[in-house]
Amino acid sequence: MRSKPVSDAHARYLKSIRRDARHVRLSQIGILLFVLLLWEIGADLRWFDPFILSSPSRVIATIARLYADGSLWLHIGTTLSETVLGFLLGTALGALIAVLLWWLPKLNRILDPYLVVLNALPKIALGPVLIVWIGAGMASIVVMGVLVSLVVTTVTVLNGFLAATDEKQLLMRTLGATKLQIFTKVVLPAGVPDLISALKISVGMSWVGVIVGEYLVSKAGLGYLIVYGGQVFKLDLVMASVAILCVLAALMYYAVAFLEKKVRT
Amino acid sequence: MQSELLTLTGVSLAYQTVAGETVAIRDLNLKIKEGEFLAIVGPSGCGKTSVLSLIMGLLPQSAGTIRCEKPDLRMGYMLQRDHLLDHRTVEKNVLLGLEVQHRLTEQSRANAMHLLDTYGLGDFKSYKPQQLSGGMRQKVALIRTLALEPDLLLLDEPFSALDYQTRLNLSDEVYRIIRREHKSAILVTHDISEAVSMADRVAVFSARPAALKAEIPIGFPASMPPLERRRQATFHDYFDRIWEELQP
Ligand SMILES: Nc1ncnc2c1ncn2[C@@H]1O[C@H](COP(=O)(O)OP(=O)(O)OP(=O)(O)O)[C@@H](O)[C@H]1O
Ligand SMILES: [Mg+2]
Repeated sequence: MRSKPVSDAHARYLKSIRRDARHVRLSQIGILLFVLLLWEIGADLRWFDPFILSSPSRVIATIARLYADGSLWLHIGTTLSETVLGFLLGTALGALIAVLLWWLPKLNRILDPYLVVLNALPKIALGPVLIVWIGAGMASIVVMGVLVSLVVTTVTVLNGFLAATDEKQLLMRTLGATKLQIFTKVVLPAGVPDLISALKISVGMSWVGVIVGEYLVSKAGLGYLIVYGGQVFKLDLVMASVAILCVLAALMYYAVAFLEKKVRT
Repeated sequence: MQSELLTLTGVSLAYQTVAGETVAIRDLNLKIKEGEFLAIVGPSGCGKTSVLSLIMGLLPQSAGTIRCEKPDLRMGYMLQRDHLLDHRTVEKNVLLGLEVQHRLTEQSRANAMHLLDTYGLGDFKSYKPQQLSGGMRQKVALIRTLALEPDLLLLDEPFSALDYQTRLNLSDEVYRIIRREHKSAILVTHDISEAVSMADRVAVFSARPAALKAEIPIGFPASMPPLERRRQATFHDYFDRIWEELQP
């Protein structure tokens, strides 16, 4: 959008595009400020009970208190490391399984119904089972994050691989390519867009898995804070944790989107 | 023009599908000599592409033998469609075959780039295939095949997707490349004029299953390019003969 105008009309066009972009950005910030302001004023004027709905100032105060007693970074660090670990392991493993299934079409056919069921199954239903199997600790939570992102990655990436047409593969054979070369030069590049959308889906999925995992079993983390806050009616703590979660999830999503931009260009 | 390059003896091919068996080729005998330009014409779906696939070794024949007279004969196959890889630039598409065969050297790369320059694509090396016209794409696919420096070129209707003028020009160019580099070629085409204007010999296939119905030697000298051949009085005689043979 920083291109040089080539004529007056083009200059006007570029200007209108920039103005539009500015409007969109300002409106986005405006909505956020408006909601926060309404929330704060509503709490101040007792339109609702701030004990139940909290308020922005109470949320900030809560975060400041967590920061002051040093537990803020512990909780953020715990949840973030669980999520990142679950996400990375889940997508790496999922992509690897997709490669294996592409390589062995018969195995793919055999496993197809299982994959369909696993994909449809809400993985968090397995939470209690995982705790029994793996133990009530961080490992269970990470495995939950892995499970939730693994199957969706496998299914999405495999579909991307299978989209590489037979004809392109035939072309590679006329050039004398081995199966590995067909994979690296035709199938993998064809699957890259799906790989990236799989990343985008599973980055959100991992948060779901980890937070639910923390609900079930944890001694620290944002999910822990939310459950704890709910049990002892500290809604400020719940809201503060959710707010932090929003920021973290957005940051991670934009990191993946940034990666996508890098890959695409 | 003397020694044999490739001999097909009693070759048959049947495709197996759940619904049944399609006999695509039955008892086909065909020879091609070194330096020869052979054209194959035949009704649609008679098994022409299948013959090229067999020669290239992409499929096993059901019966008969395909003998290669020259040890490690290098073949280059140009498919019916260009199949350029969208995520690669023109340059990288052209180098694909060399890369796959681990033959990418300074010299083979220079040779491929020279081909691009020669055929007017030098300025488009860093373009993506989506940014090229149909004729240019077809040329890139041809250069991708030529970059492998094959002794025998297998061309499957390489010009069928092009408009008439591009088609005539491109076939003229391809002809010059093949003749200048003393390559052998098998051209599959629907277009009788194209066959007569390029080939030393035209093989007419019967309807499926493909068998050799007639072989018609074309008497034009190899040095005469396609556009000039089309102007010869005898051109139409060849055309008519092949036309007759193609009638069921
Ligand atoms: N993979 C396949 N499986 C089953 N049958 C096939 C397969 N490929 C081709 N055939 C059949 O074999 C016959 C010959 O096909 P082929 O592609 O060789 O014909 P062709 O002469 O090249 O046709 P066209 O001129 O239309 O390109 C056709 O009847 C086709 O239906
Ligand atoms: Mg064909």
